[in-house]
Amino acid sequence: MSRLHPRRSVRPIRPRLSLDILTGKDVQAIHEAALRVLSETGVRFPSDRALGILADAGCEVDHGRQVARIPPDVAMAAIGRAPRRFALGARDPADTLDLDGEHCYLSTDGCGIEVYDLETGERRRSTRDDVYRSAVVADYLDAIAFYWGPTVSAQDVPPSTRPLHELEAAFLGTSKHVQPETILSAPVARWCVEMALAEVGTTAELRRRPIFSVMQCAVDPLGQDGGSLEASLVAAAHGIPTGFMPMPMSCATAPATVAGNLVVTTVDALAPLILIQLAHPGAPVFFAAAPTVMDLRTGGYTGGSPEDYLLGGAFNQICRFYGLPLSMGAMATGAKRPDWQAALDNSFSTLLPVLTGTAMLTGAGMLNGSKILSYQQLVMDSEIYSVVAKVAEGIRVDAETLAVETIQRVGPEGNYLAQPHTLRHLGDIWRPTVVDRSPYEAWEQGGGRGAYDVAADLARDILAGHRPREVEPAVRREWQRILAAAGRELEATG
Amino acid sequence: MEHFYAEMYRVVYEGEVDAAGPAAERALAAGLDPLECVNRGFMRALEQVGREFGAGDKFLPELVAAGEAVQRALAVLQPRLQESGIRRESLGLVLLGTVEGDIHEIGKRIVGALLAAAGFEVVDLGVDVPAARFLERARELRPAIVGMSALLTTTMVRQREVIAALRRENVPARVMVGGAPVTPSWAEEIGADGYAEDASAAVDLARQLVGGGKQ
Repeated sequence: MSRLHPRRSVRPIRPRLSLDILTGKDVQAIHEAALRVLSETGVRFPSDRALGILADAGCEVDHGRQVARIPPDVAMAAIGRAPRRFALGARDPADTLDLDGEHCYLSTDGCGIEVYDLETGERRRSTRDDVYRSAVVADYLDAIAFYWGPTVSAQDVPPSTRPLHELEAAFLGTSKHVQPETILSAPVARWCVEMALAEVGTTAELRRRPIFSVMQCAVDPLGQDGGSLEASLVAAAHGIPTGFMPMPMSCATAPATVAGNLVVTTVDALAPLILIQLAHPGAPVFFAAAPTVMDLRTGGYTGGSPEDYLLGGAFNQICRFYGLPLSMGAMATGAKRPDWQAALDNSFSTLLPVLTGTAMLTGAGMLNGSKILSYQQLVMDSEIYSVVAKVAEGIRVDAETLAVETIQRVGPEGNYLAQPHTLRHLGDIWRPTVVDRSPYEAWEQGGGRGAYDVAADLARDILAGHRPREVEPAVRREWQRILAAAGRELEATG
Repeated sequence: MEHFYAEMYRVVYEGEVDAAGPAAERALAAGLDPLECVNRGFMRALEQVGREFGAGDKFLPELVAAGEAVQRALAVLQPRLQESGIRRESLGLVLLGTVEGDIHEIGKRIVGALLAAAGFEVVDLGVDVPAARFLERARELRPAIVGMSALLTTTMVRQREVIAALRRENVPARVMVGGAPVTPSWAEEIGADGYAEDASAAVDLARQLVGGGKQ
């Protein structure tokens, strides 16, 4: 007997609270520093195609070093052509996300390599089935607006076609928008576009309703990956939204200072978007970033530190300055288990970007610095998001919410339990899904279970009982054909 | 003479990378023995920084700076050592590289810096290194250890090719692997001699590999 409520529509955050971490002068100083680095030092674009586009636009290109220096006027004119507002489409049009500068959407986290198995609890290597199952859970959870990643790598399929199998598994598991970070060459991008076309029908419809978008990694500092650039140029030509995520680590791939890291983050997020706009003016693009600080002992990714929270908040302000939506890397705790550290990291790293106006948050459900998928963590991160949503939406003050008439009617020492005003506003009160508020005796008699156990139950119920919107059999057959054809081509060119 | 050694020690200990080469040149000009410069001056400081790093008193950037300072000094001293046919002592030569198709650099560099601080001789082949290049350099340099990094699940499979090539050609080096997607079970599956999750663990592993069962 499933305890599931019917699937609800995506729940974005529309923040009323707003936080400024930087002053306007600070933002201007970082912007000017970034322009100086772009024009004087330049950025490495290891792609002849990209360098050709930049040279034609008036950038000074050193073909030997594959470095382009981008003059400030070229940079700003290009960024000025990017749309301020666009939609992320979805297999189910009801799941479309409007990136309008006013809403914030949460995705899954991505690109892990292991899973805490929901049934056995053991840590094991991830497979294609994990991509599908995590998409099904994400499809059900209203906090999760889109599927990013994939959450984990489908390591049981060949590397050459892995991104396509992952995209198929994600599409099958959820009707929400899918944003892979694994489309690393132009040929793979073309096959992905073909898979999306099989679902939506025409190129015009795909442009109107891009059911996937493309996230790439930057090569910090001041570099990009050639295959990723060329893949994104293919996507942009079809109106598929693209973004590039720098992850500069202070002390290693960025200066030790937070401000210096923000300059590198700005350059590495901005430079590829300039290229995309030069090649395809008006193509939808977004900023992305997950700046952090190196762990001073191990050299590793921290996945949560006070500097990360500041970086996450501050970079949103910089993106608001450019007027483009930002996808901020949040959550992604370094904790190995869903514990106190995970809650600490993921709460702060979600709150700061939301209060500074991020459009997308990536994302929920991973441990050990985005390496291990945990279904419990996915559910619990959704709860953190819902707490942050409630806080960020702030306080509405008007005649109805001031409730003076009700206060006067109840009078001294009465109560508000059965008042019509109370009943009218019950929906405003935040309710827990996994947070435990039971009385001690009840908790003890129930086996002493906490949020982790409740989250595991919910994940199991979703996987047993939730059926994502089906893909038409004809489309599935077409995907099989595409996967086979892509396999032959990509294996051969390998 | 002592003030020369004190200065060599200081530039490494303080991580003054640009000052290391000139300090070595001044010592040679004053007639100091190049091997003594390495052992009493530069390496002694690097080992001290390594010990303080191990104790938690110094941090990775300080260790890397000390390691780079030593590399600068060695660039000056090495030709003189070779002229006199002296080979400086080390725990063994480690050949490092990031596999083909993968351009991730920093993790491998940190491993190299820590290995050098621990007393290994390190040759870094860089990134996007094909199996054939690993093989060619391994046959030429006869390293005790070949270390491979990979940051992507799609490039990690190249580690298997390198190991196969080394084994096929009977290169006697031990092989260690690392990088974000690499796990102990993967290392075992591809026939590596060891896996380390971070740079400190890589140093421990390298010590084990040269200590126990060098072929």
